[in-house]
Amino acid sequence: MSRNAKINTLLLLLVAALAVLPLALGLGEGKEEPFAGADAQAEAAITELKPDYEPWFSPLYEPPSGEVESALFALQAALGAGVLAYYFGVRKGRRQGLAQAERQPAAAQAAATAPEA
Amino acid sequence: MHIAEGFLPPLHAVAWGAASAPFVVHGVRALTREVKANPESTLLLGASGAFTFVLSALKIPSVTGSCSHPTGTGLGAILFRPPIMAVLGTITLLFQALLLAHGGLTTLGANVFSMAIAGPWAGYAVYRLLRKFDVPLMVTVFFGAFFADLVTYCVTSVQLALAFPDPGSGFLGALAKFGGIFAVTQIPLAVSEGLLTVLVMRLLMQSSKSDLVRLGVAKLTGAGAGARTGNQQEAAV
Repeated sequence: MSRNAKINTLLLLLVAALAVLPLALGLGEGKEEPFAGADAQAEAAITELKPDYEPWFSPLYEPPSGEVESALFALQAALGAGVLAYYFGVRKGRRQGLAQAERQPAAAQAAATAPEA
Repeated sequence: MHIAEGFLPPLHAVAWGAASAPFVVHGVRALTREVKANPESTLLLGASGAFTFVLSALKIPSVTGSCSHPTGTGLGAILFRPPIMAVLGTITLLFQALLLAHGGLTTLGANVFSMAIAGPWAGYAVYRLLRKFDVPLMVTVFFGAFFADLVTYCVTSVQLALAFPDPGSGFLGALAKFGGIFAVTQIPLAVSEGLLTVLVMRLLMQSSKSDLVRLGVAKLTGAGAGARTGNQQEAAV
């Protein structure tokens, strides 16, 4: 593996470790709902601070179940990842094409000057 | 950092909407100008928006025993400056408000202000400041993304504390409460976002150096860059 690839892999491993450690260390234990979303906790805190507060508007569309909601979240991530992959694919193809174009004239020249077999 | 639909009193919702609108309008202008002047930017603009799409969809466990998500706005702010990120962030928030019931239309102004305006500007300011002191590029990128992420959640905490001050301890009491939920949870996630942004910037260095040079993020190195500052630039990469 090149040095570049090693550093990139290390970065990914660090991110994975940061996400997994809280789970592995059981930092959610003793909570009513371990690893609940911070956004939901904020809603609970609002109801605590102002028990009579009523949300005055509700979402136009709400995913009918947790499954549909997670599917839509996955769709969002997949769309983003797809565009990113497309970008890096296009750039890589462009670089390879350029490299090939640079090699070819040189190869043609080499063939022309090479002694006949 | 998504304040749920209807969870800001109408006055606050309108005020944050009014505060955000000029930034988004200015951002749309900056975006059209950039695309017109540099059509080759379009692909990288799409990639920056895509990075925000991915990162803000990932809910990651944190040390506080709860889950939150990064914002992905630091990358675009560093590459294209914060006004353009105001637009890309707003698109992401709209998608989540309309399809996922995550965030909302009445709280869109507040959420845009934290994630698409305050975060990107804070991250960009840190990035620019560190670059002034000749800090290596990847270190500036890390801290730019780190602060873009963290400041977003601090601003959300302030927004909620303003709307719902603690009956006893007032604004500061509520700020401590919301800060405990959002900002503390966010610290390890902001580190993750910093690392991921560095990773993408490293890949961009390999694949799109010329774009990064044009955008003023990277400097030309090697032949033709001038030997005078060559070493320093190499070190910066």
